Amino acid sequence: MLATSPAFKQNAAHAMADGGLQKALARTRPTFPARRASAVANLPEFEQLREIGKQIKNHTLQNLDFYLEIFAGNVERAGGQVHWCSTADDARAAVLGICQRVGAKTVTKGKSMISEELGINKHLEAHDIVPVETDLGEYILQLRDEPPSHIIAPAFHLNREDWEASFRQSHTDLPADRVFVERRDILTEARTRLRQKFLAADVGITGANFLIAETGTSVIVTNEGNGDLTQTLPHVHIVLASIEKMVPTLEDTVSLLRLLARSATGQDFSVYTTFSTGPKRAADLDGPAEYHVILLDNGRSAMVGTEFQDMLRCIRCAACMNHCPVYGTVGGHAYGWVYPGPMGAVLTPSLIGVDQAGQLPNASTFCGKCESVCPMKIPLPNMMRHWREKEFERHLSPQGMRRGLSVWGWFARRPGVYRFATRMAMWGLGALGRKRGKFTSLPLAGGWTEGRDLPAPEGDTFFARYAREQRAGRA
Amino acid sequence: MSREAILGAIQRGLRRGPLPDDQAMALRARLNAHPRHLIPARSRVPRPEQVALFIRNLEKEFSTVARVPEGSEVPGAVADYLAGQNLPSDFAMAAHPELQALPWESRPLLRRREGKAEASDLVTVQHGYAGIAETGTLMLPGGPQRPTTLNLLADTAIVVLRASRVVGAYEEAFDLLRAELVPASGIMPRNVMLVTGPSRSADIESTLELGAHGPRRLHVVLVDDDAAAVG
Ligand code: SF4
Repeated sequence: MLATSPAFKQNAAHAMADGGLQKALARTRPTFPARRASAVANLPEFEQLREIGKQIKNHTLQNLDFYLEIFAGNVERAGGQVHWCSTADDARAAVLGICQRVGAKTVTKGKSMISEELGINKHLEAHDIVPVETDLGEYILQLRDEPPSHIIAPAFHLNREDWEASFRQSHTDLPADRVFVERRDILTEARTRLRQKFLAADVGITGANFLIAETGTSVIVTNEGNGDLTQTLPHVHIVLASIEKMVPTLEDTVSLLRLLARSATGQDFSVYTTFSTGPKRAADLDGPAEYHVILLDNGRSAMVGTEFQDMLRCIRCAACMNHCPVYGTVGGHAYGWVYPGPMGAVLTPSLIGVDQAGQLPNASTFCGKCESVCPMKIPLPNMMRHWREKEFERHLSPQGMRRGLSVWGWFARRPGVYRFATRMAMWGLGALGRKRGKFTSLPLAGGWTEGRDLPAPEGDTFFARYAREQRAGRA
Repeated sequence: MSREAILGAIQRGLRRGPLPDDQAMALRARLNAHPRHLIPARSRVPRPEQVALFIRNLEKEFSTVARVPEGSEVPGAVADYLAGQNLPSDFAMAAHPELQALPWESRPLLRRREGKAEASDLVTVQHGYAGIAETGTLMLPGGPQRPTTLNLLADTAIVVLRASRVVGAYEEAFDLLRAELVPASGIMPRNVMLVTGPSRSADIESTLELGAHGPRRLHVVLVDDDAAAVG
């Protein structure tokens, strides 16, 4: 997928002017946090489970090479095949190779962010194989040739009008004047249409929420059941999974599952949590005859042992973006690549390079909400800060910002001058703003005051006040 | 090639070579022991309450439940449910000995076919392997006697489950699975589904609609074969 992340600022401005998107955001913003909060409130052990989840993933990452090999061995013992792929190119070639070998004409797909990372649809199309997205949200995005804007609610940015228009435009064999009375009618049309595709497909491609070393199993979690139809009906099942999806045992997996749905949709458990191990057995009446796991690295192994290793604990629940004020204002497309929101701001520079995605870690108010809801306790704001430092070191931040920061740095290294200068600035601002109590615009701070007012200072600087209170024995 | 590259990169990141033997042994021991973590207290309750919790959670997630005192009443419960919903009385049923042993002839209007589901089936009857009280979840391991398509293809999915098979937590259901369905080779059944309610989607304007790609209705016939579970 081609990244437009370098244009984050323009993308964001565009998003804020997009009426349809703003309507969708206004509808979605409050729902996810409310649902999560009620699910969490119903499980008194949630906080303890977060800590356990973190420990499980840390343990796995410390021994990732070991568990990957155990996993691969167990997949093969169950009759499946593992394809180790360092890069997106390797993975695309492996998928295409399997599809071509079995003479596949159509391929159904369950929802998979890795498949977005690989841009697998375009690759298959280029080789005359028709990919069909079967997750309802992904299906309409495919009709509209748009990328997902959210990792679990890919089409939340669309409104009912958009659904109806796209269906009328694409399903041309149906009467053009049919009426969609309720949302259910849209759903029913998609269900009927996709049912035929499920039955006709030669290969089914799904993602994986977890890979279990102990049993050589891949796990998918869905509400629609599309992933299950995708992996059950065709002759071949291909699992696309990145290496950090690894978990040691079934017990470890269910502990993480207790966190996943609650953090994601606010359900206690998703409707379908399915464990797949190898191909159909001799006596089985259904299931695929071939089972393949595409084990993708694509930049993740390079994060091991760095300050970004914690990001590999992510279970893709989307809680961080659901609670992020920046995401809630600009939506997902502005981030310009596969992963949006706080997790995307940290992960994207790791996967496609800080030169491409260096703007994203700046898309934060550092309010800390993402970290506080992350079920895996990933220190997202901290890691964004790491990226900002790196970006600065590599001279990638914009000229104006670099100049401003070096001026600030000069003062910061000279505490006496710093205090004097801030006191002067405060007097100045205080005197200027005393009447109105606030500034709606300030020279050199246009970006800041555009979206909010700066209250005029009323008292002293922090330093002066701190020193005074110290002396009074209060601080 | 890629395999060595990936493993090598991970080891470089961890600043070590392949795991030393003693550490690898400790990890293998952990895999063999597969220790449990914290199990939420909500399912740590006496049997009758466990079954009641299971039923409450089923209903919370939009399933319906009929509780019958013994297996001989299952065909009647199925027939009544289908009639009540205005559904046809033919269905595809799992060829499981427990289901086959039920007195289906007591309801001559019911027509059943055994085996996997076909695209044209409107109703399926599946054998419930275990129920998990903590979230009202059914465990349905696939196999010749419990084909996976029976969980997915029809508009209406009926699952017959014995109350003695209701456990508290996921871990307990997997213990049953390990003891009964995982052979000495350690290979799991090809497919194990945990199902919590009928299929649904909130992809259109973040509003929940039932019946996305899987069943629109999930009906559980719970057979009270466990005296200790009847409160
Ligand atoms: S970073 Fe945390 S909150 Fe965000 S998607 Fe990953 S696990 Fe969920």
